[in-house]
Amino acid sequence: MSAGPEVVDARGLRCPLPVVRLAAHAKERPRGTEITVLATDPAARYDVPAWARLRGHAMVAEEQHPGNDETDGRTWWALTVRLED
Amino acid sequence: MTHPTSPTPARTHLDNGGSAPLHPSARQAFVQALDEGWADPRRLHAEGRRAAALLDGAREAVAGVLGTRTEEVRFTPSHTASLHAAMAQVARARRRHGGDVVVGAVERAAVLHAADHVAATGQGRRTTVPVDRVGRVDADELASAALADGVALAALQDANGEVGTRQPVARVHAALEGSGVPLLVDAGASVGHAPLPTAWDLLAADPADWGGPRGLGILAVRHRTRTVPAGPEDPDPWAPGGVSVPAAFAAAVSLQAVAQDLAAEDERRRALVDRIRDGVAGVPDVEVVGDPQDRLPHVVTFSFLYVDGEALVTELDRAGYAVGSGSACTAGTLEPSHVLAAMGVLTHGNVRLALDRSTTAEDVERFLAVLPGAVARVRDALGVSGL
Repeated sequence: MSAGPEVVDARGLRCPLPVVRLAAHAKERPRGTEITVLATDPAARYDVPAWARLRGHAMVAEEQHPGNDETDGRTWWALTVRLED
Repeated sequence: MTHPTSPTPARTHLDNGGSAPLHPSARQAFVQALDEGWADPRRLHAEGRRAAALLDGAREAVAGVLGTRTEEVRFTPSHTASLHAAMAQVARARRRHGGDVVVGAVERAAVLHAADHVAATGQGRRTTVPVDRVGRVDADELASAALADGVALAALQDANGEVGTRQPVARVHAALEGSGVPLLVDAGASVGHAPLPTAWDLLAADPADWGGPRGLGILAVRHRTRTVPAGPEDPDPWAPGGVSVPAAFAAAVSLQAVAQDLAAEDERRRALVDRIRDGVAGVPDVEVVGDPQDRLPHVVTFSFLYVDGEALVTELDRAGYAVGSGSACTAGTLEPSHVLAAMGVLTHGNVRLALDRSTTAEDVERFLAVLPGAVARVRDALGVSGL
């Protein structure tokens, strides 16, 4: 079924909103779903893995991207989790 | 004309790390030294000699508590200045051995910045040794990094002031014995609260952390540890221009005072922290961080999932409670605490408490009574119920 991970674009949002959006998206998604959060907030790269650990999910990937026009030049991260619970 | 009067709400200060209220003995000693020790201790007249005698007495008293020699104790302008000068002077003395500096990942920012600075000056690099989930470095890993070729010095804190976890300082110091690599021990969060570390080559203590005066740092340097002044020439390269005699005297007197009730205050505050850990665990989705056992007696830190740390600090402040936080945005920066980040724990919704000798069991119970409501209000504002 899968065409890659589902994407939650939280770029431009400050902590804890990226994790809040991720959790809202993850609600009622089936086990095994992969979700990628995009975030410019530097706290997200620590808090998304911490959320996954606290909720029993798995971190799949973490990528750092240089800033572009879309992010006002700010570095952003793509953090992918797989729902396990 | 009359104004409606609202009573000033009682304040409870639970953010005492590095800024505890002045200990009564420090206040008394400071005032006494203002009268007797206001003159320049470097001058030869009676007033100068009286000030010098107070300063000498302060050094001797500090040495007595730290269990070191009087001539090994230096006063500096601040704890940060102690750490900066210690790094710079040791690195300069060790230049021909190399310019690398080895540090734990959760050292305070002043140590990390000083390490970067001296490494850049000595054309070396900073090696940062990671920590585990409770914030502790692996002693063997830090020692083996410090024993590599080209290392000028290593730094490891006695205990972490943000999460309370104690570090394996004695084991690291034993491993470096005989290597010539000095170990700088930042005991700024532990002196005055925990038994004194004895395994160190340079030891930094922070009077402001135990209720001593601001504007003074204490640095002890073992006589066998070579240092070379790194700044412009001054009669006192550790405190160019000299230090405040009243501050040094007050720091020494208060250090003696807190050494007296150390065991009793350890037991009392450890019990309060245990009570806080239990109480906080009753709030949904919270992570209490740091080592639950091998820790400072008076520090406790926890993070609430889906909580804006800045909003929570403000909410608690409004209710009369001053707390610290390692969350981003609470320190005017977008980067969260490097300590929480290095531990891999939640950085948002963070609350950091350091209990003073003046903190009572009643303060703790009142705080625990308002905390769940404050967290719920901040969460409601974000609409996160049910996540």
